[in-house]
Amino acid sequence: MRPSDRSRKQPVSTPTTLFEKVWSEHVVVPETIDTPAVLYIDLHIIHEVTTPQAFSTLRAAGLPVRRTDLTLATMDHSTPTTPVTSLKDLAVVGESAANQIRQMQQNCEDFGIDLLGFGSEHRGIVHVIGPELGATQPGKTIVCGDSHSSTHGAFGALAFGIGTTEVGHVLATQCLLQRRPKTLAVTVNGRLPAGVGAKDIVLAIIGKIGVDGGTGHVIEYRGDAITALDMESRMTICNMSIEAGARAGMIAPDETTIAYLHGRPRAPRGADWDAAVERWSVLQTDEGAAFDKSVHLDAGSLQPMVTFGTNPGMVIGIEDTVPDGGDDPSFRKALDYMRVESGKPMTDYAVDVVFVGSCTNGRLSDIEEAARVLEGRRVAPGVRMLVVPGSEQVKKAAESRGLDRIIVEAGAEWREAGCSMCIGMNGDIAQPGQLSVSTSNRNFEGRQGIGARTVLASPATAAASAVAGRVADPRKLT
Amino acid sequence: MKPIAEVRSKTVVLPTRDIDTDQIIAARFLTTTSREGLGENLFFDLRFDSDGSAKTDFPLNKPEATGCRILVAGKNFGCGSSREHAPWALLDYGFQAVISTEIADIFRNNALKNGLLPVVVDAATHRWLLDNPGAEISIDVARATVTLPTGAEVEFPIENFARYCLVEGVDQLGFLRQQIQDIERFEETRNWKP
Repeated sequence: MRPSDRSRKQPVSTPTTLFEKVWSEHVVVPETIDTPAVLYIDLHIIHEVTTPQAFSTLRAAGLPVRRTDLTLATMDHSTPTTPVTSLKDLAVVGESAANQIRQMQQNCEDFGIDLLGFGSEHRGIVHVIGPELGATQPGKTIVCGDSHSSTHGAFGALAFGIGTTEVGHVLATQCLLQRRPKTLAVTVNGRLPAGVGAKDIVLAIIGKIGVDGGTGHVIEYRGDAITALDMESRMTICNMSIEAGARAGMIAPDETTIAYLHGRPRAPRGADWDAAVERWSVLQTDEGAAFDKSVHLDAGSLQPMVTFGTNPGMVIGIEDTVPDGGDDPSFRKALDYMRVESGKPMTDYAVDVVFVGSCTNGRLSDIEEAARVLEGRRVAPGVRMLVVPGSEQVKKAAESRGLDRIIVEAGAEWREAGCSMCIGMNGDIAQPGQLSVSTSNRNFEGRQGIGARTVLASPATAAASAVAGRVADPRKLT
Repeated sequence: MKPIAEVRSKTVVLPTRDIDTDQIIAARFLTTTSREGLGENLFFDLRFDSDGSAKTDFPLNKPEATGCRILVAGKNFGCGSSREHAPWALLDYGFQAVISTEIADIFRNNALKNGLLPVVVDAATHRWLLDNPGAEISIDVARATVTLPTGAEVEFPIENFARYCLVEGVDQLGFLRQQIQDIERFEETRNWKP
């Protein structure tokens, strides 16, 4: 595409979606029948688990990292949630993970990338630190070798997860070869009942459209129940877009977005800020723009949601009972694994482990939500509860509010920042057969440890379950 | 990448729906810094009991599965995590193609970039494949067709560029690097800088 083509504005008569606006602004070479588009990437976030093989490819080809200034590096997946003051402290995660961490440090050093590693006050989960630093901004294209990259779409960015080969493509060229995905509008209207939050909304959406309902699509979340949410709640929603199979999830930027970003370390300043705000103001779907698919949800009818099976689409309200899957063998297999029965509510089941954290629910408001439930209460005997902040900044902010004290006094563990028990790569796992109520994003078989049974829920539901010793409705806690 | 014209093999059938990449290769095996050797950990918790013994009822553990290079799986195969270790593990184990009625987006992309064929077929063809494990079938990449032992020939969708790269053995990074002048021009002329 020539520059003159790129700067040409869309005619006013052709309404376009938010996704199309961001996409078209990043097309370096348009797609043809025979070739995908070359899409420019504004921010590439990298971590220790999905990059070593990509750096090996660059080394073998003698290639540099093209834009180290657009590369944000940290370590989160296989890092310990116990303090690390020297490399010896990595022993707790095992030799292989420790080696991966050391290799990340070496790769960043060799290729000239700033690493927000141990000792940095900005280290944390990739999808927590991007927004926190203000590096995540409306209208950007953002990728990371992690499927929950969809989180950044909460700012009106086009953000999606990629594999390691594509990580290599972005490191070497700052571009990706991409076919344009389809669009799916998910409209949520109505007033959320008390005790029901963003996690419940997104679990209800996935329950409605299924774990493949968004395959091939970019979701735009719309409606007054979405615009009423703060940024951290919007991130929770966009985060789980991938759990509906979607490529990405987006929410149009508004005053809430702008207020969140203002003054953050990597947000624009001065005249650049004013220009950015003006540019962001047009990032919304035009009246009359067409989506390939549409779905509606009424926020007013929602209750706290909990999963009962082995994918996030197998989800029910806390007051409901586990459905009957008929003779579907995949459904039966999931219930057998979870050791739950059709016709029973999830509140019948005792809890062994509770995890509050992850890129879905590891931000300050999530820790606060859990702490509000724990305040003046105790974690039930025999239940292990882990609260893991999503970043060093979240940890610091939570501690300055005294939340760590509330958590520890209630009998829960307050840890160092990282992915922890969401993915269980660092030794933070549930034991075989244990039931874990988790604020993370995946209840897949073995996700939190071999044989571990995961129930996904909001921070309030997770904390209420820790106190009750069984899956519990946070609205009914005495 | 080596060119791939055709895959011909007996099938092994894993009919479960929504097999996620955590099941294909569990997170505890992702601490590797290499692409090699992941096959031994493929479907580990489905293949092995907690004492390390092989589960004899798991399809991949049956004697007739030995040497099968085509996996027929339930709908929405490869959902979840973006880990490219999933196609690496399948390839390292010996698979060259996965057939389903639906394959998750990121897994499909990753598979294509490594020479593992993601083949999406219609429900009737899928039903036939589920009902006939061990059927000897062939997949023609250039023509994008699956041929069943019944003689039936079924087309499958494949993105043109991905097909070209598979058939010709083209490295996509090499192709992308040829666009560098356009990339530089884009960086110079865009009306805002990230």
